[in-house]
Formats: sequence, structure tokens, C-alpha cells
Amino acid sequence: MTSVMDRLFGNMTRITAILVLVIVAWIFTVLFQESTLAMQSFGFDFLTDEKWAPNLEKFGGYAAIMGSIVSTFLAMVLSVPVAIGVAIFLSEIAPARLKTPVGISIELLAAIPSVIYGMWGLFYFVPIVRDIVGGVGISMLAAGIVLAIMILPFTAAVTRDAMNTTPDILKESAYALGGTKWDVIKDIVIPYAKAGIIGSLILALGRAVGETMAVTFVMGNVHKFSWDITQPATSIPVTLANEFTEADGDLYFSALFELALVLMVMSFVVIAVSKFYFLRRTRRAS
Amino acid sequence: MTAVEKRKLVSKIVLSLSSLSAALGLFFLFWILYVLVSNGLDALNWNVFAFEGAPPGYEESGLKQALVGQLILVGVASLIGVPLGVLAGTYLSEYGQRSKLAETIRDISDIMMSAPSIVIGAFVYAIVVAPMGHFSGWAGVTALTIMMIPIILRTTDDMLHLVPSTLREAAFALGAPKYKVILQVVYRGAKAGVLTGILLGVARIAGETAPLLFTSFNDNFMNTDLNEPMASLTVTMYNYATSPYEDWQKLGWAAAFILSMFILSINILGRIILLKKKGK
Repeated sequence: MTSVMDRLFGNMTRITAILVLVIVAWIFTVLFQESTLAMQSFGFDFLTDEKWAPNLEKFGGYAAIMGSIVSTFLAMVLSVPVAIGVAIFLSEIAPARLKTPVGISIELLAAIPSVIYGMWGLFYFVPIVRDIVGGVGISMLAAGIVLAIMILPFTAAVTRDAMNTTPDILKESAYALGGTKWDVIKDIVIPYAKAGIIGSLILALGRAVGETMAVTFVMGNVHKFSWDITQPATSIPVTLANEFTEADGDLYFSALFELALVLMVMSFVVIAVSKFYFLRRTRRAS
Repeated sequence: MTAVEKRKLVSKIVLSLSSLSAALGLFFLFWILYVLVSNGLDALNWNVFAFEGAPPGYEESGLKQALVGQLILVGVASLIGVPLGVLAGTYLSEYGQRSKLAETIRDISDIMMSAPSIVIGAFVYAIVVAPMGHFSGWAGVTALTIMMIPIILRTTDDMLHLVPSTLREAAFALGAPKYKVILQVVYRGAKAGVLTGILLGVARIAGETAPLLFTSFNDNFMNTDLNEPMASLTVTMYNYATSPYEDWQKLGWAAAFILSMFILSINILGRIILLKKKGK
């Protein structure tokens, strides 16, 4: 009897664990199947063609794909230096009295739903962008900044965690040799935590690529890519969020699914690189 | 200036810069928090809880349908997702351990945890909404469950791993079969950690909007039937905030406030449970 129960329980856990693999494979299969129609109609031109005209049944994903890349890039460029600053502040500068409350509030801010960052962006930040750079305010620039603020708690927390892995004994030895705080940070902490920091930041990038709600409000969903970042733009998640419920016709849906597939592949690759290349070592150690 | 003075100066400059950037980051984050709390408190009144959605301009307009819908969606998704996640995590920690299969599942599930949530919405649209022919609460539940499993799996795996193997060995030595060792010894030892993981998982999916946009969709009226489209706080918030009507926008902020408070309290509760456990 017990051996039956034993096998039953063991197999139950095994099946649920394998379920995770099944779901992921299923997601890719379904996305691929659903986008075959668009792939057959447009081929690889889908990736380089900007024209997105549902009324003409002509779909090109260039604007959305570039929009995703540029908005994520902007967000990372703005967020990473600040995140590293916050992390240095939290792990090396702040007195213990500040360290815990500030650290915890940053972690809690990471839990606030991204849709709220988007609302704040729309009502409070877009008007400021409009006053400063002109135009409608809803733009790639606004999206990049709101996205940067949204991922800041995450990037700061993971960078701090990576820095905190530096053994105190190493830092103390450097101080004993007469190093200043900056000497210790740049010659001990950063070299030691480098792989962890880079891996965590790439992980943040992976999240930013797929982030929908923080940018949907402030980007504009305009299928025209422009290097002028003060113009409205679109990205893959923004297009999906805005058009999925309105789409009609198989080809329209198929084009949206192809965008979803492109997004899934992009974030999968980014996250996999961060996990396998940079974070592997830290996990083995733990 | 001597070399030492120069190094001290450089150090001071860099430290001031990073303190400044910390201040800048915190400024934005607290600005958002302030906006959320002040608008939320301003919009919050009894009507929000007492009435369903109404056309703009109506006094008796509230979020009852979204609050109920949110509870149902998150509740049912948790009922399905928590056991699946815990069982899968149990497999990784207790059976699979360092095997190739277990490591693959860990990696894939980690990637899933950061996968774009809107893509999961699109996937569920294809497998649930399209065959059913309409949006439904079940579709929303499916999307949230898929998002939840990897989170719970990961924390369960980590937390069970922390239970000392001597405890397991002691139980085995008494002749207990493996499933009893897991159920009665390992789970008990990891209770606080697993519970915290579950709470964080619930908090995480409660704030999701993107996977619900085209699965559970929205409904301005009370609905408790999972076969029909169902309102959620997040999608309601999105629709109201992008509407041109001031009273709807106000309701959007009320929803944002209620949801954030819910999520923050769950997070804080999870932390307290962990701290208490550590304190013992």
C-alpha cells in the first residue's frame, strides 16, 4: 500500500514538473502555427517592412520591432546608471539606519503593478514631456523614461544583491591597504560582482522588452518608426495590447501572432543569455 | 595635490554622484507613490465598493464588479496554480535534484518567469478564447495560472532545499516512506518559506493586466460566471484611465490604490512570516 502511494505521489510531482516544459513548448507551437498565414504572405519582409495597413491587408512589423528595441535601449541607458548609483549607495554608502528602510521600499516599489506606472506616465509625465520638447508628449521618449522608472526598482535591487555577494574580508583587506571607498568599489566590488551585475541587468532588459502596461499609455501606437524619439511610436506589446481585441480577419490575427512570436523569441534569447552565460556561476555557488 | 588627496577627492565625487542618482531614483519612485496615494484617497468612498460600473456622469458608479471579478480570477488561478507549482517544486527538490531533467525544468521555468505576459495572453487567446468563441473568466484564469506556476515552483524548490537532509534521513531511518517524509517532515520544515513564496506569487499575478486584456476582457456589470467575460481591477483601471471622462479616471485611481494596497500588504505579510521564522 505504501509503495503504491509512494509511486503515486512521486509520479504526480514528476508530471506537474514536466507540465512546465509542455506549456513552454505548447506556447511556441501555438504562436508558430497561428503566425504561419502571415509568414506565408509576407515572408521575411515582415521584419523589415514598415507598412501596417489593416484595411489593405498589408502588415509589416518593422515599426513595432524597432520600437521595442529602441524603447528598451532607452530605458536601459537611463535606468542602469541610476540603478548602479542606488546599488552603490545602498551597499557601500548608506548608514545602516537608512539601508534597510530604503532597500525595503525599493523592493516594495518593484511589486507595484506596472499599469500604475503607465497611468502616472500618462497623467503626470506626458504633460511635462509635452512642455519641454513640444508635440503631443506621447512619444518614444516618454515611453523610454517611464519604462526606465518602472524597471529601476528591479535593476537597483538585483545590482545591489550582486554587489552584496562580495565577501567583506576582500573589502576590508583593500581598506587596510589604504583604499578609498571608490577604490574599493571599482577595484574590488565591481570586478568581483561583474558577472552577477551584467547578468541581472540583462535579465532586467529581458523584462523591459516584454513590458506592456507601463508603455501602452504613453507610446501612441503609431506604426511609423522614427529616429526622432519625440515622435509617437509603437512597440510589439503596445501593438498587441491595442489591436488584439479589435483585429478582424485571419491575416490580421496572424500578423499579430507573428509579432507575439518575435517578442517571445527576443525575450527568450535575452533571458537565456543572462541565465546561462552570466548567472550560471552564481547559482552553482549558492 | 598629492596622490592621496586626489584619490580622496575622486572618491568623494563619485560617492556624491551615486548618492545623487539614488536620490533621483527615489524621487521618481516616491513621486509615483505620492500620486497613487493622494489620487487614490481622493477617489475612494463607499460608492466605489457598493456600486457596479455606470456610464460617466452617474453618481452611483463604482468598482464592485471589478473587485469581485479580481478576487474570483486571482482566487481560482491560485487554487489551480499553487498546488501545481508546489508539486512541481517538490519534484525538483526531492526527486529530480541535480538530474538533467530537473535542471532543464529549472532553467525553462526561470525563463518563463520573465516571459512577456502579453504573449501568454495571446497564447491563451488562441487555445481558449478562439475555440470558445468569446472572452471568458476561464481564459483569464488560465493565463494567470500559467504565469503563477513558475514563480511558486522556484520558491518551493529553493525552500525545500533549505530543509536539512539530516531531518529527512532521521525520518527515513524510522521507516517512513518517501511521500510521508515529504508531506510530514519536509513540508513542515519549509512551511514558512513556501507560504511566503505562495503569497508573493499571488501578489505578482494580482497586478497583471496584459494577460487579461484579451482573455477575461472586461465587464461593466457584476458577473460571477467564469464562462462569461469578467471584470478585473487592472483591466478596468486601464479602460477607465484611457477614457476621456474625469469621473471614470477617478475610479481608475481608486482601483489603482485598492490594488496596490492589497499587493503591498501581501508582500509585507510574506516578509513578516519569513522574519518570524528567522527569529525563532
